[in-house]
Amino acid sequence: MNAHVSSVPKTVGAAGRLPARGGVGLKPEHFREILAIEPDIGFFEIHAENYMVDGGPFHHYLGRIRERHPLSIHGVGLSIGGESPLDADHLDRLAKLLDRYQPESFSEHLAWASHGEVFLNDLLPVPYHDATLARVCDHVDQVQHRLRRRMLLENPATYVEFAASTMAETGFIAEVVRRTGCGLLLDVSNVYVACVNHHRDPRAYIDALPPDAVGQIHLAGFARDVDAAGDPLLIDSHGAPVAQAVWDLYRYALDRLGPLPTLIERDNDIPAFTVLLAEAHQAERLMREASANAAATPSSAISSCGVCA
Amino acid sequence: MSNQTVFAGALLATESICPPGLTAWNGSDPGRRFAIYRNNVMVSLIDALADTYPVTQELVGEEFFRAMARLFVQANPPRSRMLAFYGDGLAEFIEAFAPAVAVPYLADVARLEMLRVSAYHAADAVPLAVEEIVRVLEDVAALPAVRIALHPSLKILRSRYAVVSMWAAHQAADAVHALGSVDPYIAEAALVLRVGLDVEISSIPDGAAVFIMGLRQGVAFGSAAEQALIVDDAFDLAGTLGMLIRGGAITTMTIPSSAAS
Repeated sequence: MNAHVSSVPKTVGAAGRLPARGGVGLKPEHFREILAIEPDIGFFEIHAENYMVDGGPFHHYLGRIRERHPLSIHGVGLSIGGESPLDADHLDRLAKLLDRYQPESFSEHLAWASHGEVFLNDLLPVPYHDATLARVCDHVDQVQHRLRRRMLLENPATYVEFAASTMAETGFIAEVVRRTGCGLLLDVSNVYVACVNHHRDPRAYIDALPPDAVGQIHLAGFARDVDAAGDPLLIDSHGAPVAQAVWDLYRYALDRLGPLPTLIERDNDIPAFTVLLAEAHQAERLMREASANAAATPSSAISSCGVCA
Repeated sequence: MSNQTVFAGALLATESICPPGLTAWNGSDPGRRFAIYRNNVMVSLIDALADTYPVTQELVGEEFFRAMARLFVQANPPRSRMLAFYGDGLAEFIEAFAPAVAVPYLADVARLEMLRVSAYHAADAVPLAVEEIVRVLEDVAALPAVRIALHPSLKILRSRYAVVSMWAAHQAADAVHALGSVDPYIAEAALVLRVGLDVEISSIPDGAAVFIMGLRQGVAFGSAAEQALIVDDAFDLAGTLGMLIRGGAITTMTIPSSAAS
């Protein structure tokens, strides 16, 4: 079972080279304002597929914004968890985009989004068992070799579980990291959403991931629903401010992991840029507080928080 | 069938079904949870169509548009992982969509809106310098054989309906009122062109549309002008060239070597 330990050369870089600061997802609505106000911000993130167009304003503005700020490219269409083989043409398009913009980080999802010829435009869940593990590791290997860099894999927000699963999501992810050498994009909102939806402890979830692999954090808002039994069902909507419960979990993650590049994700009901920038600055305040607490505590931040948890 | 084949089929199915093998921690019906995915897929794709086709939506109302878009999505799910051009084909769907028969101009408005999106994302190209264009135009002997390449964003739509006027009315502050004042049953030809970073849509005479379409198809300058005169004896060659030059739409002019002076 351990034959599949891949070799991503260490020289291709750390999990990411983004600064340990707050960042915001880049939205076309904000292009002009960002160039006008020159915000004090750690980085911007784009969805790769939105920029797979020939020319026009998207490339015009991204080129200018990228000259001024670090950049994360985040894929949503690779379908790493798909039963189908990876789309070689899509990988080529990604390679071209990364070559053009030289982002500090590239990340994708532990999910599938395409089946056969059809693109479903959602991040769909996979069962956690040996067959999925082998397939996901093979796909991550292909991505890392084609893109010649270490990628970050994002934990999913899910609404269902599979009877066929034989391992926990965290164990599955840890094994993908061990076999492929990929890094993790810890989506703290997804941790919270998935743990509420599946009645698990979100702090234990974070504790179960390999801490050294985490290269970036995502924070986003969710919507509230209930399942057929009336129990809470949270929906990863990216359409609301970051909830207090997610900020609290983020603070816990910072105590465990130290400061990390942290993205405010907002894809629906997009507010003024300054509203998102304020959330990014809030993330930076919490990073500073966590660092100060770690410095003031005799034992390490990790062990002290292990006690208080 | 593979698990994902079943899952994907249930996502796009017209009736609400839940794939086997799904569970919930509290033993509740997983169908309710699976419906979140169904809804995410459908709503995100309908929203993508609404983003591309705002005037089409305005013309029939949001409720009608979204119901029609749902049927379109079920019949034509995306085949590309890039959604920018998703819904290319909605115009043909509308033409065959019986409930839309009362709005015969709807399909052409949809065509115009997709051309606008295509122009927005089209490749960049540097316009030919005006002095260079003038130099070629002044070579009267060689001019009829000249081939003109146009900016990748340039598109033409010749419609039996007032597509440009309807589109322009929608841009007005009081779009509903402005749309009501347009007579849709007047033929218009649309020129779609990205000028700088903005896509401009203008109504042009039919002769100009035929001339530009000829150039785009690689027809020589002289033949393109003749084709334009056939459909429009008032075809204004100088005015059309002026419009293309002002819009930066001419990217290369090729003088065949046999005709070069």
